[in-house]
Amino acid sequence: MTAARWEHFPHPADVGVRGWGATPAEAFEQAALAMTAVTVDPARIEPRERVAVACEAPDLESLFVEWMSSLIREADARRMLFSRFEAAIEGGALRGAAYGEPVDPARHETAAGVKGATYAELRVRRLDDGRWLAQCVLDV
Amino acid sequence: MDTSRLTRVGECEWSLEPTGAMRVPGRIFGDDRLVEDMGDEVLQQVANVASLPGIVRASMAMPDAHWGYGFPIGGVAAFDPAQGGVVSAGGVGFDISCGVRAMRTGLTADDLPGRLPALADALFREIPAGVGRRGALRLSRPRMDDLLAGGARWAVDAGYGEAADLDRIEHGGRVEGADPAAVSDEAKRRQEEEIGTLGSGNHYLEIQVVEDVTDEALAAAFGFRRGDALLSIHCGSRGLGHQVATDYMKSMLRAAARHGIALPDRQLACAPVESDEGRAYLGAMRAAANCALANRQVLGHLARRVLARLAPRAEPALIYDVSHNFCSEETHEVDGAPRRLFVHRKGATASRPPGHARLPASLRDAGQPVLIGGSMGTPSFVLAGAPGSAKAFFSALHGAGRSMSRHDATRRWQGRDVVRDLERRGILLRGGSMRGVAEEAPGAYKDVERVVSAAVAAGLARRVARLAPRACVKG
Repeated sequence: MTAARWEHFPHPADVGVRGWGATPAEAFEQAALAMTAVTVDPARIEPRERVAVACEAPDLESLFVEWMSSLIREADARRMLFSRFEAAIEGGALRGAAYGEPVDPARHETAAGVKGATYAELRVRRLDDGRWLAQCVLDV
Repeated sequence: MDTSRLTRVGECEWSLEPTGAMRVPGRIFGDDRLVEDMGDEVLQQVANVASLPGIVRASMAMPDAHWGYGFPIGGVAAFDPAQGGVVSAGGVGFDISCGVRAMRTGLTADDLPGRLPALADALFREIPAGVGRRGALRLSRPRMDDLLAGGARWAVDAGYGEAADLDRIEHGGRVEGADPAAVSDEAKRRQEEEIGTLGSGNHYLEIQVVEDVTDEALAAAFGFRRGDALLSIHCGSRGLGHQVATDYMKSMLRAAARHGIALPDRQLACAPVESDEGRAYLGAMRAAANCALANRQVLGHLARRVLARLAPRAEPALIYDVSHNFCSEETHEVDGAPRRLFVHRKGATASRPPGHARLPASLRDAGQPVLIGGSMGTPSFVLAGAPGSAKAFFSALHGAGRSMSRHDATRRWQGRDVVRDLERRGILLRGGSMRGVAEEAPGAYKDVERVVSAAVAAGLARRVARLAPRACVKG
């Protein structure tokens, strides 16, 4: 298990999310977890239903926005929250899945929902220490 | 913000002279302190917008402006299609036609003490609010398309509210030129069960009391007076609007590249108004705006139903429903000649003065109501359109505007303390998680009184009344 992790970073309008990982895909997974944490404590969500996600884009940064946008769309359309993510990137295509459960207001104590993933502060890059970083600002 | 880069052109008006790729100057409204506090990022975003093709007169920031993505929140910019002008999905934002609706409840401040807790409880129970909540309506695709073409008119025809409401909704309740076919199936799928839901974040439903009236004649024309209890709703186009924005951000990035438009920031993705992508976005954005109008109409109806049960003798009436994220096709006089422009207002409202052709007869003499939403616990304001707003394409501010990120707000305040403080001040809060409450703490927003004063001093709007919150329902 690598030292993958995530965090929020401040943006006056809304909130930025970033994830780190040994690969771009792992950084994407961690950033997705950071996105869930904008709305709810991920530990409250049972990852019991699998939703497949697939997207493509001409470059890694656009692919990251596509991945986050796909997760926002699936969560909203299905009234679900996700707490576990899998991503595999090959060329310009991502195939992955999100695991979660339907929103239960009594148990989940949700704060603000996410409206969209923006290109603001968007970065997907390899850091000097070899880890990958993926980040963007979310509209909430 | 470093104000030395600006030239003061009025008490509350500043100019940013064009440099680099800017085609027009920047124009920033606000007093010294507001402009200083806006941050250099707002100035950069104003300059970036000024570089887009076909921009007319100036790239503007209202007194409540803060750092957004692409456009500043509180940004106003107009583009002329005859000059290669563009329409930008980023310039409207994710929550297309998010707006505020205010209605008179028919109750007064004196009626509230005994009734308020039951009223707040019932509103919270019957109006779905928060992440993942479903509305009572489930829309088939053909019915969805009717809604997207019909807006609040569709809602009235479907039994939500009254025909008289339409006169008090911007665009008469329906935005013309909507193209439901330009809205993706994904967007429609997200909306299947979201009509009649409030959402989360900064969206709210409030019971407010008119505590101060500056202009009694205007208040009377709008349909309220001092001491009246009002009900306000802040909400938008929900998942459908968010998906339309997401879809067209992507197609406009490709379109901008194809049309040779240099984007200083990808979030400014845009396409010429007179292009396939531009026309498709306008059709979809107008459909999303109709979704927002229908949504607020249904929410207003649900609120009215609660009032009818708990206060059967009260006679509620809509004051106005105004959008603050929209791109509107309008004719403006520029250098003495009328021009057809596409005015983007992102976190800004229209502020049409008396006599404006787009006002309904009942508001023609008074001017358009401009509804300024406070945040939970801070006052809201009703203003009226003023002739001075002509310089800003008849626009004014939309709210207090954030001064602090959600992240910083949760470090600074505990939700429980915020709730206790509100209770001490006689404001009931229903719903919302403790973290959500901390993120929306009144202290995380600019001083709304100061922002309103700056807009009035700049001639963008006239002061009508101040509203004090009494109960707030959050998602």
